[in-house]
Amino acid sequence: MKLKKTLFVALGLAFAAGAAHAQLKVGITVSATGPAASLGIPERNTVELMPKEIAGQKVTYVVLDDASDTTSAVKNIRKLVSEDKVDVVLGSTTSPNSLGMIDVAAESQTPMIAWAASSRIVEPVDEKRRWVFKTPQNDSHMSTAIVSHMTSNNVKNVAFIGFADAYGEGWYEQFKSVAEARGIKIVANERFTRTDTSVTGQVLKMMAAKPDAMFIAGSGTPAALPQKTLKERGWSGKVYQTHGVANNDFLRVCGADCEGTLLPAGPVLVAEQLPDNNPVKASAMTYIKAYEAAHGKGSVSTFGAHAWDSGVMLQAAVPAALKKAQPGTAEFRAALRDALENMKEVPGAHGVFTMGPNDHLGLDQRARVMVQIQKGAWKLVQ
Amino acid sequence: MDFQIALILGQDGITNGAIYALLALALVLVFAVTRVIFIPQGEFVAYGALTLAMIGNGVFPATAWLLLGAGVAVAALDGLGALRAGQARKLPSVFAVNIGYPLAVLALLRLLPLTELGLAVQILLTMLVVVPLGPMMYRIVFQPIAEATVLVLLIVSVASHVAMVGLGLLFFGAEGYRTPPLSDASFEVGPLTVSGQTIWVIAASVVLIVALALFFGRTIYGKALRATAINRNGARLMGIPPALAGKLTFLLAALIGVLSGVLISPITTIYYDSGFLIGLKGFVAAIIGGLASYPLAAFGAVLVGLLESFSSFWASAYKEVLVFTLIIPVLVWRSLTSHHVEEEE
Repeated sequence: MKLKKTLFVALGLAFAAGAAHAQLKVGITVSATGPAASLGIPERNTVELMPKEIAGQKVTYVVLDDASDTTSAVKNIRKLVSEDKVDVVLGSTTSPNSLGMIDVAAESQTPMIAWAASSRIVEPVDEKRRWVFKTPQNDSHMSTAIVSHMTSNNVKNVAFIGFADAYGEGWYEQFKSVAEARGIKIVANERFTRTDTSVTGQVLKMMAAKPDAMFIAGSGTPAALPQKTLKERGWSGKVYQTHGVANNDFLRVCGADCEGTLLPAGPVLVAEQLPDNNPVKASAMTYIKAYEAAHGKGSVSTFGAHAWDSGVMLQAAVPAALKKAQPGTAEFRAALRDALENMKEVPGAHGVFTMGPNDHLGLDQRARVMVQIQKGAWKLVQ
Repeated sequence: MDFQIALILGQDGITNGAIYALLALALVLVFAVTRVIFIPQGEFVAYGALTLAMIGNGVFPATAWLLLGAGVAVAALDGLGALRAGQARKLPSVFAVNIGYPLAVLALLRLLPLTELGLAVQILLTMLVVVPLGPMMYRIVFQPIAEATVLVLLIVSVASHVAMVGLGLLFFGAEGYRTPPLSDASFEVGPLTVSGQTIWVIAASVVLIVALALFFGRTIYGKALRATAINRNGARLMGIPPALAGKLTFLLAALIGVLSGVLISPITTIYYDSGFLIGLKGFVAAIIGGLASYPLAAFGAVLVGLLESFSSFWASAYKEVLVFTLIIPVLVWRSLTSHHVEEEE
């Protein structure tokens, strides 16, 4: 509602000013309903907090819901570029949706900033992907963080259990390649599904392999089941999870059994605990303050921060593009794309972005930290 | 694999098998009496578990609104029927039962300090809310088409399953919940540690199965249900109303579903859509019993539970595949050994 109001005000102001000032139009498609809703809702909420004005230009946001469905996401971006004639597209929430949208973005020569994690969205940067950028870290960022924590803590053998789907499989491949290069052996490789009522069999097999640490690759609350079973079977060693569990529902479901769990995450999860000289701290705190002011304390999530970072990118890139052309033109869209690609050292909520012709993500190791669950809260591991 | 691992897997399999056994019994019962293959059985598991979780968290469970809505629908249907039959004097009792009861439950939920109640009272409240949805569902959905073919009943059953899953998402949200265990105790039995919850699950299942056996063997309503299952028309001629038999069956099925939900939710996280897969495994067990034999279905359920836990040890990625592939040899064996009867039209 609030968003609508802002839109009307923005529209009204634009008309009042006459056609003298063209305005910047941002098209958004987000998975606010459907299976990815728990990610999409904080993202949609974040859009309301994005800059209303950049370099003197009014910014209008056109927000559409794609219901976590790839076909709808593609339909949405078509509508955004052809009917609304937006200057830039943000979204969508999930990787399949964002991958589907690439073709339309390239065909209409509209820059697009995805909020989904798959590295294939921006790699390799080819004729089509030169129009596409993304904000979330690659899984490889996260798995190197886990592996370097393992090597510095003398973990030699790891037992792996992951979702029996693309998430678990993708993590296994990522993790295996990084871990084996560093001399860590994977001594058990098990799978479970989101709907499983018991993982006792898998857990027994993992424990029988006598690893130094357990690694669970699942997302959200289902990832609590293997950990609870491990605890039940008397495992007291290290347990690693992925950043897919970095939400408060996981803490609620897993409770005391998840004490001591280690996971990599975007710095925004523990922004308050970052040292003051960390370049991400200030920008992450800006987001948290803005979000919690609107939605209450403790409501902020790492997923919304990916959407926020796309706003940060626009704020950095639009002024440069405005020097070359006016919004609403093909020249402006091309200039905006170039400006995004030339972005240097822009601090967002999840890291510092430095793009290049072959890097449309632009994040480095400052974009993730290791976090431990202590007394039911996220604690930064120094 | 050593002996101890086998024991732990066996214990795990039997615990899950006990839940599947309850659901398999409910499925066999519903099919025998009403010829409905009751796909929404699993939803009662999820509704029971999640309603209990809501009450435990001190949140007003939205299923109570569903109860009121279903009650109003039943009152409208029954009220209209009574008016048509010229029995207007029946109206007050129809309204009292179908609208008065949900309102009373609603008031109870609003007035009681939910979080301060003991777990037993919370479970009782959960049953008061969810169990009546069973017979109401029969009245609204299945009674009007009671004479339809098995296929039509199956399709309607799938439709009600989809509707209930959708409502579940609306009521409980996308995230899962766990409820506190009925007992925190744990016992050392040789090399095994048996948790109190495991004993609760197995004991409750055995008690329920014995209670059902007594109900069918000793009480007049149980005998009426058995008579209807054996021969609907014959039972009708003996003065057993099929609508009553249907409602009673659905009441039992809902009761079993909710109990299973209460028993399983401390062991695993339950989501709005978890019920389907649990129900489906109960269905595999019921198929092993040919949708007719209670002991065979219970045996099948334990078999499914054990197969599941041992295959999760040996080949976790293929666990579900193995469990559901079990149904193929069983069907082949059944179709070779049993005499095929065409459904009478």
